[in-house]
Amino acid sequence: MTALRNILLRREAGILVMIILFCLAVGTQKPQFLTLDSLRIILLLTPLILIGAMGQMLVVVARHVDLSIGSMLGFSAMVTGMMFKFHPEIWWPVGFLVSIGTGALLGLINGLLVTLFRLPAIIVTLGTLNLYRGLTYIVSNAKQIDRQYVPTALKSMSQTSPIFGIPWIIFISFGVALLTYIFVMHTRVGRQIFALGSNPVAAPLRGVAVTRVTLLVFSISGALSGLAGILYAGRWGFVNPSNTGSGFEFQVIAAVVIGGVSINGGVGTVLGTILGVLLLGCVAAALPLLGIPGTTQSAIYGAVILIALLIDRTVRQQGIKSLTRARA
Amino acid sequence: MLKKTLLAGLAIGVAMVTTAYAADPIKIVYIGKNTGNPYFDSITGGFEDACKSLGCEFEFVAPATAEATSQIPFIEAQIQRGVNVIAIAPNSPDALNQVLDGAKAKGILVLTVNGDLVGNETHRDATILPVDFTKTGPNQVELMGSMIGYKGDIAILSATTEAPDQNTWIAAMNDTLKNDAKYKDMHLVATVYGDDQPEKSTTEMEALLSNYPNLVGVIAPTTVGIAAAAQVIQSRNLAATVHVTGLGLPSEMRDFVKDGTVSAFQLWSPYNEGWLAAHFAVGVIGGTIKNEVGGTFDVPNLGTITIADKNAMNTQAELTTFDAKNIDDFDF
Amino acid sequence: MSAIQTPATRELPPARPRWQVIVVRPETMTLVLLIAALFGASLLSPYFLDVGYILRSFTLSAEFAIVALVLTMVIIAGEIDLSPAANMALSACLFAFAQQAGVPMPLAIAIGLFAGLVMGAINGIMVIALQIPSIIVTIGTLTLYRGLAQVIAGDKSIRVPDWFIGINTVLIAGIPLTVLIFIVMSIILGVVLSMTIFGRQIYQIGTNEVAARHAGIRSQRIKMSLFLLMGVVSAAAGLMTASRLGSVRYDLGLGGELQMVLMAMLGGTYIFGGRGTILGTFLAAWLLVIVSTGMTVANVPPSVQLVVQGVLLIVSIIATNFIYSRTQR
Repeated sequence: MTALRNILLRREAGILVMIILFCLAVGTQKPQFLTLDSLRIILLLTPLILIGAMGQMLVVVARHVDLSIGSMLGFSAMVTGMMFKFHPEIWWPVGFLVSIGTGALLGLINGLLVTLFRLPAIIVTLGTLNLYRGLTYIVSNAKQIDRQYVPTALKSMSQTSPIFGIPWIIFISFGVALLTYIFVMHTRVGRQIFALGSNPVAAPLRGVAVTRVTLLVFSISGALSGLAGILYAGRWGFVNPSNTGSGFEFQVIAAVVIGGVSINGGVGTVLGTILGVLLLGCVAAALPLLGIPGTTQSAIYGAVILIALLIDRTVRQQGIKSLTRARA
Repeated sequence: MLKKTLLAGLAIGVAMVTTAYAADPIKIVYIGKNTGNPYFDSITGGFEDACKSLGCEFEFVAPATAEATSQIPFIEAQIQRGVNVIAIAPNSPDALNQVLDGAKAKGILVLTVNGDLVGNETHRDATILPVDFTKTGPNQVELMGSMIGYKGDIAILSATTEAPDQNTWIAAMNDTLKNDAKYKDMHLVATVYGDDQPEKSTTEMEALLSNYPNLVGVIAPTTVGIAAAAQVIQSRNLAATVHVTGLGLPSEMRDFVKDGTVSAFQLWSPYNEGWLAAHFAVGVIGGTIKNEVGGTFDVPNLGTITIADKNAMNTQAELTTFDAKNIDDFDF
Repeated sequence: MSAIQTPATRELPPARPRWQVIVVRPETMTLVLLIAALFGASLLSPYFLDVGYILRSFTLSAEFAIVALVLTMVIIAGEIDLSPAANMALSACLFAFAQQAGVPMPLAIAIGLFAGLVMGAINGIMVIALQIPSIIVTIGTLTLYRGLAQVIAGDKSIRVPDWFIGINTVLIAGIPLTVLIFIVMSIILGVVLSMTIFGRQIYQIGTNEVAARHAGIRSQRIKMSLFLLMGVVSAAAGLMTASRLGSVRYDLGLGGELQMVLMAMLGGTYIFGGRGTILGTFLAAWLLVIVSTGMTVANVPPSVQLVVQGVLLIVSIIATNFIYSRTQR
């Protein structure tokens, strides 16, 4: 157990070192990168990804994957935006319930398709990725929700708060991460997700209600996408049927993989995922500062993902070696 | 709006008698860049109102994404449907050449509306652009100058690095800043590209503020860019020190103008583009308008339109400026 | 001919009646859907039923369909490749970039194809030698390849020479050349997969790789050759797209991986490997083209098309799973 702990520790230390080296390297070129101001920029780039990554982490730990999160984000944001537009009399924080509820419902549908019909999650969510996006166009009649309909109070959540002026949205995202940590470390169901992912065949024998746990992780993933949806409306001030949330799944999956969550299920930590998100945020914030054209961003993301995969494999290989050595 | 339509109906009455009144109505389709893009609602409105008064059939179709080839199946389908006019806001300056040639070979009138096939003009019959694009750059520089007292460091936040229209304007802006003595104290320190994505535009804007602490103004000649730039200024309470202007949609900029984040910005009337395109198309097919460089014709509400070099037409001469006084008069 | 026969690893129950073997299989469902789609599309729009138009519309997806045939084999072998559309873009960009820089055309074409081979090799090495799951490797290379295409071409489009343009308008016996290539490829790969030892080994690897290796099948070598084939065919498809469009931009074939996976799934290929046929993918390619063409020519908004695509994928996989679970007993 201590050997395993060491590996996990080393993994997160590895990402942290990567972040620090990266920031220092950028800092030698552009000293203003190492200021509080740019920390604010990085933190403001990442809250939605962080929230989405927490849900995705749980899904991946359970040995599934959820490709539909971008479309769930878009749909929930659109439904909430339409509530703001057509029912401005409703107290705006109700939008949080609407958005999270809509997302949870969509996530539950994913979970039901996966469990009821025993379908692979990757295919189900590939299908619902299209399906939910199409429904977003249909409910909205392909019309954008413009800035004036989004409540000002919601918009200011991504700008400030009474606590040192740090935007609410940053507190919310780290709050979600903290709750996820408590959930996976200190609840029975949370531990069961890991048991399910590390050995789906043995899990029922150990008393894991496989169907219920699977439905739960997909619903959480949906609910968090919904939360990201309403925060998107506040952060960018509009909801568009085609742009909102599109490509979100790639950013989130990249962050989760970089953060050391194993695509084989059963392994992953909240801290690692947070660091993965932050690394992506640092890269995204540094590129324009260095004057590197945006066209290289996708190539750099791809390279970072592949490097993370290689590191992950090397670490795993060494872990196996040290385990066998310890036994010998 | 009602008055406009009535006027148009009266003015066009004469033309209708001479054009095809007994034959099938002329079928016009407008292919937008993508669905859910608020900009095209307004252009479509112009087409619809014009077709109501001219008696043509109009449809708007658009692919789900604005990627270079996504419009091709839609063009093929419209050829198959036997429309008379394909108006399109092209997603690519050259990937559509082959299929548009196919449409022209079938006798379909091909118009580009709100964006042209730069360098490939022979693959369409005419283009309808909102303004004379050579004036956009100087117009924007003048507006910026008036906001900052013609003095200080400014930057440009554009769309993609190769966006043809934006690059034309940026070149003109550089030219104006360099050659017009009025702007000799304004210094363009950087031109950055937000790729017309809100996230990327925001990051680029934040990098500008951090790289150039003496910045007093940002010109964003793209609707996504100006909204993102204004959002950054608003969230950091910098409206007093950094002035943002550019090209924006009134519907997206209304809040920023009202709270003083942006004092003024510019655009044209997308509605009039649709209005002009429909009148031109019906006239050409009916034989009342000759699609020749140098030709002129009258369009209700817009006056006399001249077909300029490369069969290009404009709906208005200069940009419209929106500020706190007039922003509520526009509903697009 | 029965391609879905599983190796006799355990005692099999009495054989099912012959008609059941022929009729109860996923390809039948695809065929039925295809006929239904033809009827539906004809009812939806009077402009639809025109062979020339349908063939012309197929040329718009023919490149994806050709790659989907190879993808079917990769999935049957128990792997997946999500990078082919990005591969198409990068090889086409390299080709266009080279010919613009003055490299003679045959050499430029060779550069494009070779680049595809290298990309296939990178996927193969990471999946086979380093044993990282193919789904995650190819999500990574998908981002990387398209990113590199963007680095090379920016967001400019690069023109190709006039004589190179228009492979899709070359008609042979009334059939566009790209459609013909797709048909010929289908026949060749169909024969390889169902009638050769190599083909049978692919099914065995996908059904149970460990057992296959014990049976002396060189699974790593076979999988590697599939990834290499995937790379070259994707590059060829990229060049065909360049010829159809007359210009190359980094976003060539964007999102094509979904179309390809959809074709394989709709054709009854089992996502966990071991089952599927080229015939199924062949039929599914036509099904998809007819569904989308029928809706586009009837001016059905793309929103409805997205919903229909999503539902089709889910329904087809439920049906495939159901049929396989029934025929297994």
